[in-house]
Amino acid sequence: MSPQTRREAYERRQRRRSLLIASASTVIVVAAVIVLVPRAPRWDRVKTSFFNRDIFVDTFPGLLRAFWLDVQIFLWSLPLIFVLSLAIAIARNTRSPAFFPLRAFAVIYTDVFRGVPVILTIFLIGFGVPGLFDSRTWSNPLIWGTVALVLSYSAYVSEEIRAGIEGVHESQRAAARSLGMSSRQTMSTVVLPQALRRIVPPMMNSIVSLQKDVALISLIGPVEILRQAGIDKAKFANFTPYVGAAVIFLALTIPMTRVADYLLARERKRTGATVVA
Amino acid sequence: MTDQHKLRLQSVRKAFGDNVVLDGIDLDVDDGEVITLIGASGSGKSTLLRCANLLEPIDDGAIILDGVDISEPGLDADGIRRRIGMIFQSFNLFPHMSVVDNVAIGPRKVLDVPKALARDRAREMLVRLGLEDRIDAYPDQLSGGQQQRVAIARSLAMGPEVMLLDEITSALDPELVGEVLAVVRSLKDEGMTMLFATHEMGFARDISDRVCFLHAGQILEEGPPEQVFGAPVNERTQRFLQRVTDAGRL
Repeated sequence: MSPQTRREAYERRQRRRSLLIASASTVIVVAAVIVLVPRAPRWDRVKTSFFNRDIFVDTFPGLLRAFWLDVQIFLWSLPLIFVLSLAIAIARNTRSPAFFPLRAFAVIYTDVFRGVPVILTIFLIGFGVPGLFDSRTWSNPLIWGTVALVLSYSAYVSEEIRAGIEGVHESQRAAARSLGMSSRQTMSTVVLPQALRRIVPPMMNSIVSLQKDVALISLIGPVEILRQAGIDKAKFANFTPYVGAAVIFLALTIPMTRVADYLLARERKRTGATVVA
Repeated sequence: MTDQHKLRLQSVRKAFGDNVVLDGIDLDVDDGEVITLIGASGSGKSTLLRCANLLEPIDDGAIILDGVDISEPGLDADGIRRRIGMIFQSFNLFPHMSVVDNVAIGPRKVLDVPKALARDRAREMLVRLGLEDRIDAYPDQLSGGQQQRVAIARSLAMGPEVMLLDEITSALDPELVGEVLAVVRSLKDEGMTMLFATHEMGFARDISDRVCFLHAGQILEEGPPEQVFGAPVNERTQRFLQRVTDAGRL
């Protein structure tokens, strides 16, 4: 083994010390939870109504099956949101006077859909629009609920993309234009590729949110996981199915959040922001 | 029309709000001529170059390239910019592209040169500028001097008729300035017409056909380098050069 420098030796001691303190405090807290929680008043009732083992085992497969619908809606919405938000962001960045109506539309769009609660948009479109159609296929609340989600989320994501576009330094545009590129070529070959790289981390956060908000569609009819859990809850008069649904959501959102954090950290490192000890 | 000037600026005026940056600039650049612009920061050198490349619209006056008024509003500015190369102080390479793609992208997008051909030509250009071993690198893996040479290659790939150099060595460590100036010198030897804003007085004295001293948006003194540096007439030029000399830059 190569001899340690003073700094390495010091850091090793520090690491050992931190590890010791962290383990000790964790043991104490966990022990306290194990000992104290069951002694809390009405713990038995909490246990039977939220953490009922039999009901959990009974309902979990059904919840998983219903969750597949959430996943489908999520997967359908993602590309639609990406395309629509990109179009809105680009519309907002146009400079030619001929595009003024497009620019104005983009501004109004983002103002309205960011300003209205997602659930209200879902009610309006999900309940309202199907009534306009006679045919059964077009009156499906699933379709219109998805449309409402896409409209809401595109407003948020387009703002993230716009921030990314504006974050590309003006000098990059100057360089491209001085080569003779048109403003459209500048946007597509120089600005957008750099902007999209930048917005991956904030967009991941929106994607995590979307994954949860898909459950809001349950309120207009489709039997996805939240509604299934509601049905099970009514059947057993017990809240364990909701806990089961929460577990399923967490199994997806926690890894996704970690990926988002990782991407953000990597982007920070790449753009050269130094970490201060 | 052989005695026509390559590029002419005629009473060019430009203001940002109340701040007059160019206050009636008259300048004729002949084919193959190298003109340096000297003057303190804020004297209008950079704005003059940006206006000449139509990156900034001028308020009044005219910019004439090969006898055609290119400052006419509504003209196809993209078509004109491709004939004028510009090198920036901060290089402005495209960070998401490799070196060879930085050089090839202009001809590909603007001149519709097929990708393979554009990259072959880009490689030749990079070899010419001594960058053969950095062809597949990315800009942030290069030294400042190398980045600036790539920027010059990127501009040359478009086959410009005039080049505008905007303090291209100001962001470089002193030991890297030489490699970039060597490229500028070789461009002059090949007969490139250049307008060069710089703080490198020694180099300006050496390479210029004419030197212009700018102050507050006006060309206060103009002439061959021996005259402007050796026997400046205008009092402000004298003071500026005195300050530069005191700072050990001349």
